[in-house]
Amino acid sequence: MNLALVALPVTQNIATPSIRYLAILPEIIMLGGAALLLAIASVVPQQLRARVTTLLTLAVSGSAVGFALWQWFDVQDHGAYLALDHAVVIDGFSALVAILVPCAMFLTALVSDGYMQREGIGGPEFHALALVSASGAMIMGQANDLILVFLGLEILSIALYVLAAYNHRRAASGEAALKYFILGGFSSAIFIYGVALTYGATGSTNLIQIADFLSKNVVTSDGLLLAGLSLLLVGLAFKVAAVPFHMWTPDVYQGSPSPVVGFMAAIAKIGGFAALLRIFISSLSVLGADWRPIVYVIAIATMLVGAVLALVQRDVKRMLAYSSINTAGFILLGLQSATAKGVSAGLYYLFTYTFMVIGTFAIVTVLGGPGDANHEISSYRGLARRQPVLALCLALLLLAQAGAPFTTGFLAKFEVVAAAVDAHSIPLAVIAMVSAAIAAFFYLRVAVLMYTPTRANPTSESAEIGDAMVLGQRSSVAVARTDFSPSSPPEMVRGPQRGPVPVWSGTERGTMVTERLNTEVLLNEPEAGEADVEEPARIAVPGATVLAIALCLGITIVFGVFPAPLVDLAHKATLLFVP
Amino acid sequence: VVVVSNSLGFPLLTVLVLVPAGGALALGLLPRANRVLIEFVGLATSLATLGLAIAASVLLHVAPGYQFVSSHAYASALGIRWEVGVDGISIFLVLLSAVLFPIVMAGARTRQNPRAFVAWMLLLEAACIGSFISLDLILFFLFFELTLVPSYFIIAGWGFSQRAYAALKFFLYTFLGSAFLLVGILVVAFIHQSQTGVLTFSLPALEHTHFSSTTEILLFLSFTAAFAVKAPLFPFHTWSPDAYGQAPTGGSMVLAGVLAKLGTYGIVRFDLNLFPQASKDLAPLLLTLAVIGILYGAIVACAQRDMKRLMAYSSMAQIGFIVLGTFAFTSQGLTGGILLMVNHGLITAALFLLIGWIYERRKSVLVTELRGLQGPAPILAALFTVAMMASIGLPGLNGFVSEFLILSGTFVIHRWWAVVATAGVILAALYLLWAYQQVFHGKAGEVDAKTPDLGWAERLVIAPLIILIVLLGVYPKPVLDRITPSVNQLVAHVDAATNSVQPVVSRPLAQGGAR
Repeated sequence: MNLALVALPVTQNIATPSIRYLAILPEIIMLGGAALLLAIASVVPQQLRARVTTLLTLAVSGSAVGFALWQWFDVQDHGAYLALDHAVVIDGFSALVAILVPCAMFLTALVSDGYMQREGIGGPEFHALALVSASGAMIMGQANDLILVFLGLEILSIALYVLAAYNHRRAASGEAALKYFILGGFSSAIFIYGVALTYGATGSTNLIQIADFLSKNVVTSDGLLLAGLSLLLVGLAFKVAAVPFHMWTPDVYQGSPSPVVGFMAAIAKIGGFAALLRIFISSLSVLGADWRPIVYVIAIATMLVGAVLALVQRDVKRMLAYSSINTAGFILLGLQSATAKGVSAGLYYLFTYTFMVIGTFAIVTVLGGPGDANHEISSYRGLARRQPVLALCLALLLLAQAGAPFTTGFLAKFEVVAAAVDAHSIPLAVIAMVSAAIAAFFYLRVAVLMYTPTRANPTSESAEIGDAMVLGQRSSVAVARTDFSPSSPPEMVRGPQRGPVPVWSGTERGTMVTERLNTEVLLNEPEAGEADVEEPARIAVPGATVLAIALCLGITIVFGVFPAPLVDLAHKATLLFVP
Repeated sequence: VVVVSNSLGFPLLTVLVLVPAGGALALGLLPRANRVLIEFVGLATSLATLGLAIAASVLLHVAPGYQFVSSHAYASALGIRWEVGVDGISIFLVLLSAVLFPIVMAGARTRQNPRAFVAWMLLLEAACIGSFISLDLILFFLFFELTLVPSYFIIAGWGFSQRAYAALKFFLYTFLGSAFLLVGILVVAFIHQSQTGVLTFSLPALEHTHFSSTTEILLFLSFTAAFAVKAPLFPFHTWSPDAYGQAPTGGSMVLAGVLAKLGTYGIVRFDLNLFPQASKDLAPLLLTLAVIGILYGAIVACAQRDMKRLMAYSSMAQIGFIVLGTFAFTSQGLTGGILLMVNHGLITAALFLLIGWIYERRKSVLVTELRGLQGPAPILAALFTVAMMASIGLPGLNGFVSEFLILSGTFVIHRWWAVVATAGVILAALYLLWAYQQVFHGKAGEVDAKTPDLGWAERLVIAPLIILIVLLGVYPKPVLDRITPSVNQLVAHVDAATNSVQPVVSRPLAQGGAR
């Protein structure tokens, strides 16, 4: 501090850029909101604190969305512009990111409200950290300078490290945060070294100037440049969980608090891919011949590793971690194509994925139960009977992630694959579709499990099974205990030998025992734990979470059936891309 | 392709998809315990769909070209349009779906969570009809993929003991096949875009795309990969015995009756229209696979103990006939192939339904465990005989008409393939009669003798199928009249694109139709 004061007179002649505050207002709202939140929370009585902080967070992120929308229409009408001494660019791309990130924040605030009340870990810090982290992702979206990208990356990541450790009662949460922190720290270091090397090779950290330099000069000994380029790629690939830099993902996803995971999956991907798309497609597009093959290989590895390893997971959160790796691979297709189509496909994917993944983790949060511990895939068995609406929502969200037709998930996959085909990367497109097939299977596996009845209740159902097996073998005897329910189909209630119940129930129940064994072997389901012996209780879903799930599902389905508005949005975001 | 202006001022085809889809959604609002209401809604929705489909086929002009076309922007930035229309080929597949689903609703009910079952079935109906009427390739792909989800859930949720395995195998096979289809569709559209500057997935527009011969062959293979798996064509059939065998009765009926036709229909509609030259070039390959499928399916069917698996192999043989007729590129062969799609749908559905009813009574579909059912259940035996004879190809029943057209249409061009395929007809008689003998003839055991016969309601449910089987065998003219113009147009399209001419022998039909 003293040093700075002493140095001040000397550096006074350095020109300070004029700051166009309107350009960075969404970030200011988010950061200011975080500060305001801490201030207000300290004067609000304890019992109101949770409510007030959540409402304030919703208001802050809502107004950030509102302002980002204004920015979007402003850019539409008056074109893109640079601000803050060319360090910030406001175009459709950055405006879209600025819309999307506060949306993710809004939904996460809704989900985490119920979570924190359940776990008894209140505190305004959660929301404040999340707001800060979100502002980091927004900065990455509009950064036009590698230094600013790095700043955004750090703001995003450091807040996320803390959030990962937020549930201090669970050792796993701390472990996850530590892993995330150490590996994240490495990746940040790698990234900043990449920035340094790129600066050394091109003489600038400004993306436009780098592009300008590369288009006007032929770098004959390009070792420095290529090293810088690959370090930038590695650093960001860590953030978006691309193979082989994905090692942290399953552990961190498994250990972190569930609402944080949804948030992390969404905004770390948004920030990371926003930076990747902008740096590589706008700034380093001249070097496409160098980096596109690398991304090609990374994309293939990411899609396949994500899809295949998800198959063998027994923990829902680990499975979803691999699914997010798989998703990263798909978005890399958009990057690999290095075209405007690819950018818009990637943006569309990010946009739709945000809602799918936050919605999914909202349900996972609810189902995790007290302690956020109940994430075995086997515990989802029979969910449809206990909580049909929740099960249906989860099934639809999983199907959407799998790319089922008439959901946004399908169009997202369609767009990136189309971009890859358009860029003549046809083998890549085929591999992507194959990985989609593998991935669809593990999503469906959970969906089917939810609709499979729970294990036999030792008291009532096993007796019925015994009876039913006898019935199956000797149907004539079975007729005796037929109960002619009024809803029986008329043609079957004709005589003692045509009883409907033995005809049906004997079959279904008689085969139940063998069926279960087969299901287990083939679907690689974990063996039943003691949790299965008694039917898990119905879980009440907090109202805020219901709203979050409904919003996520609504967007996923409505824009899946009527895709035009959202597709147009992503396309417009690309048309305004600067330079 | 000329688009006949037979627009009604009413989006008939769109409604045809929306009715069952809406029914599926509406079921979600009904109480799950009220089984009667659920089944009523399911049946009523599928009957309403049938009514619309019948209306469409009555209003259809006997002319080539797509009719009732409605085309709306769907995702204009991506070039996807909601473009639907039918011609003489697809209308009968729409009709087939519309006929089979009410029968499934009425005849293959389930007690286990009927609401979900009926809802999945209605969604499947919407997806099937949607696939048959789509003229936009991506729209077709959407519906084609959408069929996977309900069928997976139906097999996995209501199937027999190995259902998880069967559902997985079915899903992975078909999804992998369609992976190639989507990439193929995109390549076609982008090549078209590079030639014309317009990004579209509309089939009538894409028909005029020019491909280099290698590209065309690769594209043909990528499309055919999806269709061959779905059909299933030898050697992509290994999922089908498991899926057909493990699916519940209604699932098997729909899988074999309607979904399999998506594959063969896809070949006729998309392969032949988009890649005529490649289709012609690769015809020997497809013909050979078809003939292998006919013989292999028939021989393996002879060795089956499980009647549902037997039906799966028998279906594979029948699909072989359809492909044989298609790749003969004569209007007779193609007409026969399309007719067989319809006939096979009716026959297989009837047989699967009867087998399902046998299972309901006896808890077994193994021929070794059933004996002498003819005595206690004469009506069941009689109806089984009719359907079986139709499958064998007995003159007077519908199977004969189509098989005859296929074999004669193939014979004029690809003589030896037709000759070998004829052996499949004989084998079909062998395995079906043998199975029939095992199950229905002989002396009934103690349990067999107590097998109840079909009730009146069951007879009523299967009656439409049996009537159609007989009717189409005796008087197929109304159907053939409507198929022929579209087929002639398609054959002319292929001939024009490949500079070939029809052999003299098949000309009369090509010019005059089956008069």
